[in-house]
Amino acid sequence: MLMAATLAIFVVMFLAIIRGYIGPTLYDRILAVNMFGTKTVLLICLLGFLFGRPEFLDIALVYALINFISVIAVLRLSGSDYFKNPPQDQKPS
Amino acid sequence: MGILEHIIILTLLLLVAIAITRLKDLLAVVMLMGVYGLLSASFFVIMDAVDVAFTEASVGAGISTILMLTAISLTGRTVSPIGHKPVLAMILVIITGGLLVYATLDMPYYGLVDAPANLHVSPRYIHDSLHEIGIPNAVTSVLASYRGFDTFGEVVVIFTAGIGVLALLSVPSPTPQEDTNEIKSQNIAMHHQHLVLRVISKLLIPFILLFGLYVQFHGDFGPGGGFQAGVIFAAAIILYAMLFGLNTARKAVSLPLVRLVSALGVLLYGSVGIVSLLNGGNFLDYNVLLPDPVAGQHIGILLIELGVGITVASVMIIIFFNFAGRNGHLLNNQSRRK
Amino acid sequence: MEIIISWLGTLCLFAGSVLAIISGIGIFRFPDFYTRMHAVGVSDTLVTGLIVIGLVLQIPDGIVIVKLLLILLMTLLINPTASHALAKAAILSGLQPTLTKKK
Repeated sequence: MLMAATLAIFVVMFLAIIRGYIGPTLYDRILAVNMFGTKTVLLICLLGFLFGRPEFLDIALVYALINFISVIAVLRLSGSDYFKNPPQDQKPS
Repeated sequence: MGILEHIIILTLLLLVAIAITRLKDLLAVVMLMGVYGLLSASFFVIMDAVDVAFTEASVGAGISTILMLTAISLTGRTVSPIGHKPVLAMILVIITGGLLVYATLDMPYYGLVDAPANLHVSPRYIHDSLHEIGIPNAVTSVLASYRGFDTFGEVVVIFTAGIGVLALLSVPSPTPQEDTNEIKSQNIAMHHQHLVLRVISKLLIPFILLFGLYVQFHGDFGPGGGFQAGVIFAAAIILYAMLFGLNTARKAVSLPLVRLVSALGVLLYGSVGIVSLLNGGNFLDYNVLLPDPVAGQHIGILLIELGVGITVASVMIIIFFNFAGRNGHLLNNQSRRK
Repeated sequence: MEIIISWLGTLCLFAGSVLAIISGIGIFRFPDFYTRMHAVGVSDTLVTGLIVIGLVLQIPDGIVIVKLLLILLMTLLINPTASHALAKAAILSGLQPTLTKKK
């Protein structure tokens, strides 16, 4: 069952990479990479249990956090309007 | 069953590499390079190399992506068109690649017991590490003690990269006058705009910092160590800077202190070596640091990993702040100054 | 008792894998960015939850359970936030959802 779950996660990672290549807009690609990241976290957990080495869970935890920071970084630095000008000018009181 | 996973991951790596060369939008290319780093980390996990997988996941797929994105925000988002047909380059690459593949036919098989790499020092490290140094993680004992001088070189290389960025790209800090008013107005505006992200980050950043400390000091017993911990630390500070504004982050993490701390890390590492010399041993020989050699090894490894972690964290912070500071309007929600 | 727990764990793993494959087909075949966001945003967290709970039930062992639950907690916090940020960035930069069927 662990092996079957690992193969299923591999299939999903493959589909996510295809979407990452053909996704027409930038946001499709960011979505695909985000999904790839969370599936990799699961893959590392499952591989850790398949090989009998629970130390892999540290890697999975680090990657879950770093994935989040990467997605926020690409949204922040892609110059999209969400992060550009504030809605109205606020004067400090 | 083991070869199936190797084949799957290598195929995925090849597909991602082809996709990287064919895309024209550099932001997507950087994200796909993050994916490539992740696949490499999974490959190292399959080959049972836990420390290397950890370093690849945190450095190659994490902080590398963030710093490349910051660099691309400075240079531009699309690939400039190539004017010529690179036929000669293609022929050269095919010939060189063919020669390399032909050379690998002669190499010993993966994991063979009497391969030359497994015959000279590796048996001694593997057999004697536990009672000479006394920590369970053999990778850390090789990295920090048997090959401590090479690790010193790596730390100095990272420090030099930080100095290079400071010398070429450093940004003067804003004057204190315009500081507080601008920071206040930016903070109020950003708070309403990014409420969800800010609240979640306030929950996550302390946990990430604590996890960085855990990885730093747990490196003796599991995967971890100075490099990974420094990167995790820097990633938390970068998250703070991205969501709360670069100016606020500069006030929270004062840049002159970070510059000083990066030098202090390398100094700490070198000082451990000099103290060993003063105590009568060789440079970076931890056996003479304390009366009991194994305890001396422990304290030596602890101190140098601390030095490595401090230097790596501060150099990553320096690089990010200097890259992002040149593009100040992007991270501070200001209008572009003409 | 242990057989029931182990069997429940296998069931969770199976459900998680099936849901993962469904979400993979979803991200591949849906026509628009916002529909793909549905496929990813909902199933990412659910698949992680099911697989982690399946692993916890199958292999009960002290510190491993704590780390797995920590991974689950982090994912529960992080995934919805990332989906929110992505969708908000997309709609504020002008990407319109396809509302009618393309002729």
